[in-house]
Amino acid sequence: MKKAISILLVIAMAAMGMVGCSNSDSSSKDEGSAAEAFYIGGIGPTTGEAAIYGTAAMNGAQIAVDEINEAGGINGTPIEFNFQDDQHNTTIAVNAYNTLKDWGMQILMGTVTTAPCIEVAGYTAQDNMFEVTPSASSTDVIVNDNVFQICFTDPNQGIASAQYIGENKIATKVAVIYDSSDVYSSGIEEKFEEEAANQNLEIVAKEAFTADSKTDFSTQLKKAQDAGAELVFLPIYYQEASTILKQADNMGYDPIFFGCDGLDGILNVAEFDTSLAEGVMLLTPFAADAEDEATQAFVSKYKDEYGGTPNQFAADGYDAIYTIKAAIEQAGATPDMSVSDMSDALKAAMTEITVQGLTGGEDGLTWEATGEVSKSPKAVIIQDGVYVGM
Amino acid sequence: MSFISYLVNGISLGSIYAIIALGYTMVYGIAKMLNFAHGDVIMIGCYIVFTMMSGLEMNSLTSILLAIAGCTILGVVIEKIAYKPLRKASPLAVLITAIGVSYLLQNLALIIYGADTKSFSSVVEMEPIKLADGQLTISGVTIVAVVICIVIMIALMTFIKKSKSGQAMLAVSEDKDAAQLMGVNVNKTISMTFAIGSGLAAIAGVLLCSAYPTLTPYTGSMPGIKAFTAAVFGGIGSIPGAFIGGILLGIIEILGRAYISSQLSDAIVFTVLIIVLLVKPTGILGKPIHEKV
Repeated sequence: MKKAISILLVIAMAAMGMVGCSNSDSSSKDEGSAAEAFYIGGIGPTTGEAAIYGTAAMNGAQIAVDEINEAGGINGTPIEFNFQDDQHNTTIAVNAYNTLKDWGMQILMGTVTTAPCIEVAGYTAQDNMFEVTPSASSTDVIVNDNVFQICFTDPNQGIASAQYIGENKIATKVAVIYDSSDVYSSGIEEKFEEEAANQNLEIVAKEAFTADSKTDFSTQLKKAQDAGAELVFLPIYYQEASTILKQADNMGYDPIFFGCDGLDGILNVAEFDTSLAEGVMLLTPFAADAEDEATQAFVSKYKDEYGGTPNQFAADGYDAIYTIKAAIEQAGATPDMSVSDMSDALKAAMTEITVQGLTGGEDGLTWEATGEVSKSPKAVIIQDGVYVGM
Repeated sequence: MSFISYLVNGISLGSIYAIIALGYTMVYGIAKMLNFAHGDVIMIGCYIVFTMMSGLEMNSLTSILLAIAGCTILGVVIEKIAYKPLRKASPLAVLITAIGVSYLLQNLALIIYGADTKSFSSVVEMEPIKLADGQLTISGVTIVAVVICIVIMIALMTFIKKSKSGQAMLAVSEDKDAAQLMGVNVNKTISMTFAIGSGLAAIAGVLLCSAYPTLTPYTGSMPGIKAFTAAVFGGIGSIPGAFIGGILLGIIEILGRAYISSQLSDAIVFTVLIIVLLVKPTGILGKPIHEKV
């Protein structure tokens, strides 16, 4: 027993020694590599339950990076892009952030999902690293001034959804099913409920589930059905939504389902019968069937390289890279600046730029100093297995 | 009518908890250890069926039999490698080992299958029964789960009462050392307990994933904890107790979600457990334990 303990202690000491080494290695590499390119890191889930978001954002960002590098880089300096998987898990996301720092990252494009982003944002604030998140939508993400969002904030999504339902008279009796253990979902739900009152929407059932009980929604659906809800609002991610659609179908309950950007991706769930998603409405800033030239070019490039139709997250990733480019150009930042100096320069530039982008709608994307974006939402409906603008 | 519908949902969920709880309670009753890896054996069973059915396109019956065989072997191997060397160690050491095995199985599944959610297609092809003009639907899985659960419970009770190995199990559960003196092979008996418990886990897994068709490496952990609760609720070590505990737990969970709060459903379940244990510390059907001096 004593022997085992002493061996353990030796291993622990050796491991600590190595940790020390790798830290000192990274700082030297940081300074050495900085002058040749802008090192942009990305973090998001490319495996796991939210894999569709991370993969899409990564692919979209990669297309933007390739386009910029082909056109000669940012002010003549190319971009080096490195994307790490976080499995939508806060611990893995922090590890990925440290890996990227060792690699020499100067700017972070990420993270893609909300909960890991809140965690990582704490570290970027400490390091004063400039961070643009394509799709982490909670207002908790942008509490520090070094983080900017490409997507709407959760409160905005909740308010916009209620307004859309109210103004277009889609329904008056509404049920909500949300994940009370998830900041994204409960954040939207809260604002939706507030705004619903102004829109004369009656919330007849407000049902929650948690991360520990997300396989059985029959009770929640039954309560919505009994309360006579014509529309079920789902401010949740697509994986649970696909289960809800299946179980509603089994019960023979067929209301209108309305969701936010979390539902984007439901058509790509493995072995999911997409005919169940027919008629599902969701609020998203990007529709792949839009006819403007930029969207068309992006969609065809995405199809050629990765197959399939890009979703909102791919567009967010693409816009995030172009936003970073615009900010660097505005600030006149150069790759030999330290991480902190670059962050200060880019922060100031962000409020001065307007990026048209794929998700900008008519007026483009502009930012407040808080990091919040302003742009106009679009609603899409799923028809014949594709998103169609409404 | 809604009440009956909630009740049916509760029984459906409860019967699955009950089958898992049977495995927990058997192992506890005979080997006197909490096998926290039981929930993860369930998950492995689901992945075996999933691989056989969608990867190798076998029919469902063969896949289920293979999953039962696979889980039985897995259970025996876990017992031999992880628990047997600790037979003389303190119960706490065994408990922690069981938690370790649980994480090992989860992480192995993560490496092999990735963290992606797999959509499990139901192995029960029975049409749902519609009653009262379609207001009440009872799914095929529910009926199959309840029937299987009762069959397993009766079979287990008969096995323990009538067969020689069953009697050996009883003897080991009462007093390990005395049983050994009387010529019972204690190691073999405990291995057999694990084999049966793990085989049951495979059946529970298939029913769990047929009813709630999402499969991830963490699929087994929460139902495992709930089923453990059910086993304690019904009186750990008692086979009919596990059945009653499981069904009651399922009903309480669903009714709590429907009539009290969907946010607090898990909390309600555990509150009920605490109250039951305060009133009757050995659970509903548990035997009082007489401390030997």
